[in-house]
Amino acid sequence: MAEPVLSIRELRKNFGALKATDNVSLDLKPGEIHALIGPNGAGKTTLIHQISGSIRQDSGAIEFLGEDVGGLGMAARARKGLGRSFQISSLAPEFSALRNVMLAQQAAQGSSFRFFRPVMRDRSLTDPAMSMLERVGLAGRARLPAAELSHGERRKLEIAIALALGPKAFLFDEPMAGMGPEGAKDLTGFLDGLRREAPILLVEHDMDAVFALADRISVLVYGRVIATGSVDEIRRDPEVRRAYLGEHT
Amino acid sequence: MKFTREILINTVLAALLLAMPFAALAMDEPFYVTLATRMAILALAAVGLNLALGLGGLVSFGHAAFFGIGGYAAGILSTHALNMQPLLTWPFEIESSEQMLVAWFVAVAVSGPVALAIGAISLRTSGVYFIMITLAFAQMIYYFAISWPAYGGEDGLSIAMRGTFPGVNTAVPLSFFLICYGVLMVALLLFACVRASRFGAALQAARQNETRLAAVGIGPFPVRLVAFVISAMVAALAGSLYADLNRFASPSMLSWQMSGELIVLIILGGTGRLFGPVAGAMLFVLIESVLGGLTERWQLFLGLILLGVVLFARGGLIGLVAGKSRHG
Repeated sequence: MAEPVLSIRELRKNFGALKATDNVSLDLKPGEIHALIGPNGAGKTTLIHQISGSIRQDSGAIEFLGEDVGGLGMAARARKGLGRSFQISSLAPEFSALRNVMLAQQAAQGSSFRFFRPVMRDRSLTDPAMSMLERVGLAGRARLPAAELSHGERRKLEIAIALALGPKAFLFDEPMAGMGPEGAKDLTGFLDGLRREAPILLVEHDMDAVFALADRISVLVYGRVIATGSVDEIRRDPEVRRAYLGEHT
Repeated sequence: MKFTREILINTVLAALLLAMPFAALAMDEPFYVTLATRMAILALAAVGLNLALGLGGLVSFGHAAFFGIGGYAAGILSTHALNMQPLLTWPFEIESSEQMLVAWFVAVAVSGPVALAIGAISLRTSGVYFIMITLAFAQMIYYFAISWPAYGGEDGLSIAMRGTFPGVNTAVPLSFFLICYGVLMVALLLFACVRASRFGAALQAARQNETRLAAVGIGPFPVRLVAFVISAMVAALAGSLYADLNRFASPSMLSWQMSGELIVLIILGGTGRLFGPVAGAMLFVLIESVLGGLTERWQLFLGLILLGVVLFARGGLIGLVAGKSRHG
């Protein structure tokens, strides 16, 4: 079996008395979509934050491509190839969609300490950024400031930015949120193809999407992983049904 | 490049400022040459601050420190040169110089490391803490200057002779103006380059959303630190010219009022706009001299104008005339 790209071991994070992450271990293998589901407040986003480095775990290890990244900052982890999207779109609002993607492109190329060449005339930035926007279907909106994009378009822009980083693994935090059924269906198809480029750790509430996409599912309840398995295993798991799926099936 | 309304306004402002001393001389009002020079120098300092404040969103309330360091660089060099004293005797001897270019170099070379130290500490904070900590550092330098009798203490340091410039008689007000104007134009060109560059993109993204910047793998801290240092060096260069203009390096150049004035200039003109500092400095000096001639309480009116800008014209003068800035 292939070595996991991302491997989390015994991760713990407490906020006061609240165990937001309680001894979580999971991994992400090459080529797979590993979905992380669970009721609201289960600690899914907190887990994503710890993996991406925006909050620090209390204990436990995060290994990425065989290297312990648990002590690195968010920017350093992104440079190692962890591309994330945010649950609530996080963009540079004044920059156009194109410039938002170009920023990721420039980060992927290395140094940002270049002071003279104008970015808008730098085709090594604009061309790839434009093609990322084309892939997510935003090419026509490239020149619009991110703040003027619709909610769904901002979600797509988040993904275009993550793509531009050329990451070794994607962390997507509810990419379908607020997309509407049509948009969610499109995005499901898109993510399905994306797993060939890099494995995806997917936090998602849309169960149709999760069941259609996931190779494996982990169920998080009160900070603990109560089950990990294939779609069928999870559907059949009595504890999962009781804790979570009951309200859906 | 598209010829936008902003470019038109910038051109008009640049032309107006350049024409002002010539018109003054034609009307036999040499005092206005000094005013125009003051505008150019304050604009230069504000262009520096605009890099940190406008592009990076770093509200430094301590840029007077760098402005003053530049002023004292010019003053100290001039004093030593006048007394034929070397500038340094240990660890090696350095001769002083009355050359303006040397004063500029010293201003930039001293303010850079000072800004690096201040920035490295201050930039670990943000928001109101950043404002306060930069203020605190500037006040430390201010009190250091007024308690240092070797260089005038509270009385400041007069400059007997304005620094010299190769091929130019700097004692002629118009020539000195042209030097200041030239430096301002170069600084504006650099500002425009930096703003359009990769560094500028990262710096502006750090202001808009630092989490986003970090998520693509660019750490905001080093980007801001470099911007802070460049910004300080430009302010120091302006300070050196300012001391030469007044033939006086005053501790008031280091005071918090000066820091505040620079922020006011930028807000008046248009935060982050290329010619915002120029528009702001021209308006500020104009208000100061016109209203200052009518009433001692001219700052009350300045306050009202500032209030108006903050309430009704967030983009400052440039924003009012040219509309919102576009990022392409």
